[in-house]
Formats: sequence, structure tokens, C-alpha cells
Amino acid sequence: MSKKNKESIIESSIKRKYKLQAKDVKVWYGDFMAIKGVSMDIKANKVTAFIGPSGCGKSTFLRLFNRMNDYVDDFKMEGEINIDGKDINNKNINVELLRKQIGMVFQKPNPFPKSIFENVAYGLQIQGLKDKKFLQERVESSLKQVALWDEVKDDLNKSALALSGGQQQRLCIARTLAVEPSIILMDEPTSALDPISTAKIEELIYKLKDKYTIVIVTHNMQQASRISDTTAFFYLGEIIEYDKTNKIFTNPEKQQTENYITGRFG
Amino acid sequence: MNLEDHREILNQSGLEMFQLVRKQLIKSKEAFLTHDSDLAEEVLHTENRVNGMDLKIDRDCERFIALHNPVAGDLRFVLALRKINFDLERIGDHAFGISSYIVEVDTPVDQEVIDKLEFEQMYEAALSMLDDIRAAYKDGNAKKARKVFKKDKVLNKINLNSFAVISAEVKKDPNLIDQYLLLFSVIKKIERVGDLITNIAEEIIFYLEAEVLKHSKKKGPSKPSK
Repeated sequence: MSKKNKESIIESSIKRKYKLQAKDVKVWYGDFMAIKGVSMDIKANKVTAFIGPSGCGKSTFLRLFNRMNDYVDDFKMEGEINIDGKDINNKNINVELLRKQIGMVFQKPNPFPKSIFENVAYGLQIQGLKDKKFLQERVESSLKQVALWDEVKDDLNKSALALSGGQQQRLCIARTLAVEPSIILMDEPTSALDPISTAKIEELIYKLKDKYTIVIVTHNMQQASRISDTTAFFYLGEIIEYDKTNKIFTNPEKQQTENYITGRFG
Repeated sequence: MNLEDHREILNQSGLEMFQLVRKQLIKSKEAFLTHDSDLAEEVLHTENRVNGMDLKIDRDCERFIALHNPVAGDLRFVLALRKINFDLERIGDHAFGISSYIVEVDTPVDQEVIDKLEFEQMYEAALSMLDDIRAAYKDGNAKKARKVFKKDKVLNKINLNSFAVISAEVKKDPNLIDQYLLLFSVIKKIERVGDLITNIAEEIIFYLEAEVLKHSKKKGPSKPSK
């Protein structure tokens, strides 16, 4: 076997080991450099938290994984983002198919002005799935996964907008799960919720990691420490420290990280 | 109150506890060496203050954790302070115990026996260790804390030798057994003070360097700081 072949086998096995990979990623919005050469590997079935002050690039970085920044004016990117070892910015990649395997949950719950059932079934229906029984089963299992089924099973035809904020957010997660993604990106999913709803979402995230790879942006330090396996601290477009959450919150390597997590950020 | 201010108050309370216990140990030393029962009484009376300070620090540590959810260095500080406080209180208890003997026993110990059993050296070593860890705590200096591990060996050595000395003396005059048993228990207490001080040194190193030395034989030089 030639040396070149050997290397590529090793490289592809490393690629497969990680669900998500970023390699020397740089992002500009016009002249502003938002991300200054970030590399990171994220393992499958783990919860990874991105922390850092506002404007540090963590949400921009999160949105690279489902190419949401494509629609932003003046957006420019260098470097490589891989999912399951494949470069997602490759011209041959079908963006719709890519997004099908990546769910996203935002800061504010954003249900469609439709019924609870239609909200959850929406993604499947636009994929052309019409079988009623299948849709019903999928809606039920998705709502059960987010522990919302018992609360809404008798009101599936009611408007989703009538639900509470916490219920709406869980509905949005159910809508994401219905299309069976393998990755879920969450951008401050509980910052608009009360502590009880927050606790329910956190418990849910903890359960979901068995089946999904989860990346979450959060401003809540305790949330990051409670639910994540690994934490990345972003500052001014760079990753200052990326390590096991345990390590980051007990004995971080960098003084800047310690200053941020202990609330002494200057 | 913000975290920084609260932590500073805890830090000051820790220093006060160090100071209080140090005074107790010095007084118990003088009371013992000179058989001064008035001074010993003073130690007994001050024990209430040590206990009061112990409770206050415990309560403040609990509040600090509940109110500020500390992490990293702040968390290690408060966890270490709780243990340091506990150990200092125990040192206070030993000073109290030694002073109680002085109050209860009428006959002073022979100077010759005090010299033979190296009481003064033992006390000096313990006090010097206490000063080292107090400075280590105050200045945040792990190097100073590490000094005590070596000094503790002096205490252990005197403690070991005392067994042979006491055994020989008792054989010479069995009537002295009561007095020697009492002296032996004082030696044990001072030796225990040395152990507690090394525990505190370990806590200070844990707080400063996040290194756990408990139950470890490796107590070498410190790792480079951040």
C-alpha cells in the first residue's frame, strides 16, 4: 500500500470519528472579521456548549454548520466545515438535504401560526409525505420525546400559538425531531423561558444526546456546566479554550477563561 | 454583595481564624513549659471565640456557595477554606486539651524531662509550620505551603523518639507512670497539630494550583502558574 493511501485511510477514519469538524475557519461580514481561524472537532452523541460574551462569534460559528450564514449580505468564509467527514461547502452538496439532517432551535420559540399537529408534521409534509398514519405516529413520537404529548394530546388541532412559551419551545424541538436529524443546533434555547420550562428543556437535551449530536450556544454558565460534555469559550472571534466541561468549570487552563466563567470579565 | 467583596470578607475571616488559633497554640506552649495555670485558663476561655469563628466561617461559606454559584478558582477557594477552617478549629481543640491538663495537674513537669522529650523543639516546629501556612494562605504562595511537609518530619521524629525515652524513664521509676502517660498524650496532640497543618497546606495548594495532594506521597515542587 502506498504511503499516500495509508495517510488518506488514517485521515478518513479521523474524520469519521467526529460528527462535526471545523478547520481553520475564518468568517468576514464585509470588512469585519467575525471568526479568526477556528478549528474544532465535535464528537457524535455529545452536548457541546459555546460560551462567550455577545459578539464573540459563537452564534456565527454555530450557523456555519447548517449554512445559515449563506443568506447574510457580505458574508465570506474560508476554511472547511465537515459533517461526517464531508465538506458541507462543497458545490455538490444539496443544501436542503444537509439541513434535513440538522435541526435548529432558536432563542425565541417560533411555531408556525398553525395547529400543534401541523407544526410537528410540517417538515415531513413538505418532503412530500402524506400517509396519515405515518404522520400521526411521527407527531406522537416527536411530542413524546419532548415530553409534551401528555400536555397536548387532546388539543392537537388547536393553534400552537395558544401554548405557553416553554411549551412552544418544546414544540419547536419536536418539529425539529420529526424529520429525524442527526444534529441539533440550539441558539440560546432557554433564554426567553422561566426556570421550570428551562429545567424541562435541559432535561430534554440531556436525554436527546443518546440519539443526536447537540451544539448549544448559551449565555447561562450554569446551563453550560449542567448539560454539556464539552465547552468552548469564544472571545473576539477565536476559541480561547475548548475542553471537557468538567475541566473548564473547575480548573480552566487559560486565565481569560477563568475570568469569564467567574464573572470577572474586564 | 458582589462575589469579589464576599470572597474578601471570607478571606479576612480565614486570616482572623489563623491568628486566633496561633495565639491559642503559643499560649498553650507557654502555659505548658512554665506550668502557668492562669495562662492555661485563658486558653480555655478563648476556646469559645474559636468555636464562634468556626461557625461563622462555615455559615459564610455556605452563603457564598448559595448566592454566587462559584466555579473554578472561586469554588476551590471556598471548598478549601471550609476544610482549612475545620482543621484550624481542631488545632484550637488541641491547644485547649493541653491547657486543660495544666489546669487539672498541680505538679509542674521536671525541666529535665521537658528537655529530654524535646517539647520546646516540638512546639517550635509546629508554630513555625503554622506561620508558613498562614503566610502561604495570606500571600497565595504555594511554595511556602510546601515547606511544611519537610518540617512535619521533625515532629514525627520527636514523637517516635519519645516512646523510647518514656519507656526507659518509666522502667527506672514506675511511680512516674501517670505523669509520663500525660506527657505522652501532650506529645500526641502536638504531633496531631503537625498533621492538621500539613492538611491545611494541601488545601492551600489545591486552592492555588488545583492539585490534589491528599493521600499522595508526591509532594514535590509546584507546577508553573497560569
